[in-house]
Amino acid sequence: MTPLQLFCQQLANGLTLGAIYALIALGYTMIYGVIQLINFAHGELFMVGAYVALTLVLLSSAGPLPSGIPWWMTLLVCGLGSMAAAGMLGAAIERFAYRPIRHAPRLNALITAIGMSFFLQNALMLLYGATDRHFPNPIPLTRWEVGGVTVTLMQLVVWAASGLLMVGLQLLVMSTKLGMAMRATAQDLKACALLGIPVDRIIATTFVIGSAFAAMGGMLFGLHYGTINFHDGYLMGLKAFTAAVLGGIGNIPGAMVGGLVLGLLEGLGAGYLSSQWKNVFAFLILVVLLLFKPRGLLGERVADRA
Amino acid sequence: MLKLEEVEAGYGRTSCLHGISLEVREGEIVVLLGANGAGKTTTLMTISGLVAIRGGAVTFQGTTLSGMAAAELVGLGISHVPEGRRILPRLTIQENLELGAYLRRDRAAIRLDLARVCELFPILAERRRQLAGTLSGGEQQMLAIARGLMARPKLLLLDEPSLGLAPKLVSAIFDAIKRMNEEGITLLLVEQNAYRSLQIAHRGYVLETGRVVLADTAARLAQNPRVKAAYLGG
Ligand SMILES: Nc1ncnc2c1ncn2[C@@H]1O[C@H](COP(=O)(O)OP(=O)(O)O)[C@@H](O)[C@H]1O
Ligand SMILES: [Mg+2]
Repeated sequence: MTPLQLFCQQLANGLTLGAIYALIALGYTMIYGVIQLINFAHGELFMVGAYVALTLVLLSSAGPLPSGIPWWMTLLVCGLGSMAAAGMLGAAIERFAYRPIRHAPRLNALITAIGMSFFLQNALMLLYGATDRHFPNPIPLTRWEVGGVTVTLMQLVVWAASGLLMVGLQLLVMSTKLGMAMRATAQDLKACALLGIPVDRIIATTFVIGSAFAAMGGMLFGLHYGTINFHDGYLMGLKAFTAAVLGGIGNIPGAMVGGLVLGLLEGLGAGYLSSQWKNVFAFLILVVLLLFKPRGLLGERVADRA
Repeated sequence: MLKLEEVEAGYGRTSCLHGISLEVREGEIVVLLGANGAGKTTTLMTISGLVAIRGGAVTFQGTTLSGMAAAELVGLGISHVPEGRRILPRLTIQENLELGAYLRRDRAAIRLDLARVCELFPILAERRRQLAGTLSGGEQQMLAIARGLMARPKLLLLDEPSLGLAPKLVSAIFDAIKRMNEEGITLLLVEQNAYRSLQIAHRGYVLETGRVVLADTAARLAQNPRVKAAYLGG
């Protein structure tokens, strides 16, 4: 491999990881945007998504479904199913855990979020066990050599799924009435209530979308690594949170950029330095960023509010 | 049209409205005067559902408002332009105005109203695509009022619309208030500028520490020695 090829290979690998980070980071940033809460349970919603997808994949290969269903159809159904399940769970968490204390001091909500994270993590452990679970991958092992760089079908699926979701989100937020209400609610909740905007419903919708995106991230994570464990959500959640802060928390394009940048840096770091250190990079980036650019790369909104 | 009877309200454990009674009749401009901290803003927030009613009753066209959410009240025809404008700075002027009509479904009529408020405040039409945060204070106040009008309110609550504005803009705001009233909108106005507001209002109330201490026609209030001393500079 020439140095350029190696570089491009790490880029491709990093982009895959980055796309997954971006999907999770979007939820952190959107939820922070509307209620200024770091939803510590978000990493667990990602895990819920991964486990629901796993369950659906297992059902579809062992269950009553006729074989001969194309792999992408299976994935589509599993993805949508896991997004729906996590979306509903996210809405329920907002309704029953966060809404009652929305006007309480910020610390109460943070502690509730941490408690919710523990609760979900343990629930997943009880349901699925504490050991690693193999995640069967229905995607064929097709790969292409492009100028000496290997790209797998798996990677294409990750890019396509996350790309479509992110473009869809951008369209929703920027050019629909619901999206306009979401942006407005993120700026001034009380003023929105005075305009007749049903802010509770807008906030719930934000949780549904954020959680569903995390769930898709969870499924792609499972497919990418081949095994999942109930506590994977912790590290992935922290990294995606780093990505959200990197892009400027509360800023939607920022979360996408932050996720991709973090994934790329990790990919390059793993390739050129040592893969054992890759988790350190993420947090080194967070620390350095908070020191020198506390408002994030895209420079809007705040880390000092968090 | 709007009636407050012995209304009590407050924040946390403290009450700051101690039995407010007042009335706004259809077609009127009613002004609420009072020193800082008298409870004028709280009175408006109690009417629009942002502060809970603890005692007494608020009725609007025969409907009791207690316990209703702010968003529902907009549907009933009450629009509240809050203290400090509260425009959405990172949305465009057009988007701010469209959100004012959030609950409405009559697209054609919304477009007509958009043209109407732009005629009332021409500066908004020129800047439609700009972020609202780029407007000056006076222009933001115009946007806030225009946004309130986009809901097609029967009753418009205005909280200190002229606060901090240059004299020329103050005149523009008061002219606009008068014009809205002539076009059929009833107004409850909270103002520091007692002189200008008593000129355009029909009736007024004076609040002191959460109580109504004077209620009269605007003309008679303007002649009242207490009002003159406290709010009209002698
Ligand atoms: N959010 C709040 N929390 C606690 N007390 C408040 C709040 N807003 C206003 N107050 C208090 O309520 C009283 C009435 O305030 P307000 O209605 O804003 O008066 P005004 O609008 O006439 O200046 C004041 O004593 C003020 O300190
Ligand atoms: Mg006030």
